[in-house]
Amino acid sequence: MSDVTKQTLSELVENIKSKKLSSSEVTKAFIERSQKSKELNTYITEDYENALGKAKKFDEKPNLNQKLPGIPMAVKDLFCTKDLRTTAGSKILNNFIPTYESTVTQNIWNEGAILIGKLNCDEFAMGSSNETSFFGNVQNPIDKNLVPGGSSGGSSSAVAAQLTPITIGTDTGGSIRQPASFTGTVGLKPTYGSCSRYGIVAFASSLDQAGPMAQNVKDCALLQEVISTYDEKDSTSIDFKRNEYSKELTKDIKGKKIGIPKEYRVDGMPKEIENLWKKGIEYAKDCGAEIIDISLPHTNYALPTYYIVAPAEASSNLARYDGVKYGFRAEGENLIDMYEKTRSEGFGAEVQRRIMIGTYVLSSGYYDAYYLKAQKVRKLIKNDFDDVFKKVDAILTPSTPSSAFKIGEKTNDPVSMYLNDIFTVPVNLAGLPGISIPAGHDAKGYPLGLQIIGKAFDEQNILNIAYAMEEKINFKNNITDWWIK
Amino acid sequence: MSIDLKTIKHISKLSRISVDEKKAEKLAGDLNSIFDFIEKLNELKTDNVEPLTSIAETTLKLRPDEVKSKNLREQVIKNSPKQNEDYFVVPKVIE
Repeated sequence: MSDVTKQTLSELVENIKSKKLSSSEVTKAFIERSQKSKELNTYITEDYENALGKAKKFDEKPNLNQKLPGIPMAVKDLFCTKDLRTTAGSKILNNFIPTYESTVTQNIWNEGAILIGKLNCDEFAMGSSNETSFFGNVQNPIDKNLVPGGSSGGSSSAVAAQLTPITIGTDTGGSIRQPASFTGTVGLKPTYGSCSRYGIVAFASSLDQAGPMAQNVKDCALLQEVISTYDEKDSTSIDFKRNEYSKELTKDIKGKKIGIPKEYRVDGMPKEIENLWKKGIEYAKDCGAEIIDISLPHTNYALPTYYIVAPAEASSNLARYDGVKYGFRAEGENLIDMYEKTRSEGFGAEVQRRIMIGTYVLSSGYYDAYYLKAQKVRKLIKNDFDDVFKKVDAILTPSTPSSAFKIGEKTNDPVSMYLNDIFTVPVNLAGLPGISIPAGHDAKGYPLGLQIIGKAFDEQNILNIAYAMEEKINFKNNITDWWIK
Repeated sequence: MSIDLKTIKHISKLSRISVDEKKAEKLAGDLNSIFDFIEKLNELKTDNVEPLTSIAETTLKLRPDEVKSKNLREQVIKNSPKQNEDYFVVPKVIE
């Protein structure tokens, strides 16, 4: 069977189950395409040989009742994989070999999938363009020298370029949805507490969530079904009744009330984004949804709140990297000197910047003015969502304020980089699920995404809306394989 | 508000990240532009707002206090940059 890598996850699962394809054929096909795609720099660590061994073993005794039988998959290098190097895109974890497996990846392997490698990402998931990675930029398969978004930039690039049939990322302020939008793919950030954080290198613990990144909504629903489980190893994991998202997926969204928040019409928003949003509203109406104008009055305060809360939690989480127990160490004259040099040489500029911000807002004399203030505003932002969700079932917004930008375009201006996450950050602050689906192209031909935000634990509903709209939008990604010589 | 070089040096000490003069100046510039942007929060009156400390409104579950992982001492120690038998090695702290 030709063009194995062009198949969707659902097609591959079906073909393996009906024995039209073996796991070895599929795994080999994705590995070969990955090997031809080194220029994209999506992989930090390849595990091809082991993957082929596992595929062979699967084919000898296939368990076809599994949800991901013999499916090869590369994952973001923020998930700890037992006995395989996990770097978080950082020099400081350059040689770290976890002794345990993250719950989310374990769930994936339990359903039969096979790890083929670890994907590039911004250092400790701090970035919106994958340019802060110690392992270098990732190319967006849409066009040369275009960022794939971030922080899950290796993941978005690998799915769009079909180096892996599907993948997982993590999303603290938009790190799944923004790269999905930049690459014409689908990305879901689940409700906080839906997917276990156990074994995920921590960035900001009250915001981090793992989620699926896929070529289409159906595949996305299937992977969400696999990764979302209650886990006693994560004290913030929530024990709620989870849907069988892929089985319950429906395009019938007649009568669903979809809110359009006026505050998302931000100053200087490109006309193309405005038009995309209008088109999105029409698509939703065509699907039978009812459109309701709503207000989320504290939207403008979400980014400043995020840039206090996230760095504060990061500065605390990253205190563990001290050059003693694992990772990189720089020699020093004494213990303190060793710590200071290790962290100065081991962390990149953006990570250091955020640790500094976080340390400052938590330091004596500033805590009330910044951190406590931000927690209060976070409450107001959450209240906004609680109020509108009494009236609507979901909210429709653009995913990002622009299409993908060029590599290097925003690296010297941290604030302009942060503005990328203006539409995605409020969702993390309120702990809600959000999905980005590709919805059109700008004048340059670059993909643009729409975001659907749901009530907490209502992933099924936003997946259904996305599924219905996806059919109407009928988006086609324009990938020319320019990087394959 | 303005973050001066003295404050940068103080934060760098608290963060255990060494900075030289050049890096301190760059950081002061970056942090000032970021805090200009953060100051927007002062527009809001929040005196009577309860801070949000946990997004997941759930009570912690109790579970038996049992050891479930195997003894991984060897693998754990192997990840350290410097080790001696079963110990992590750090620069001398007592003269």
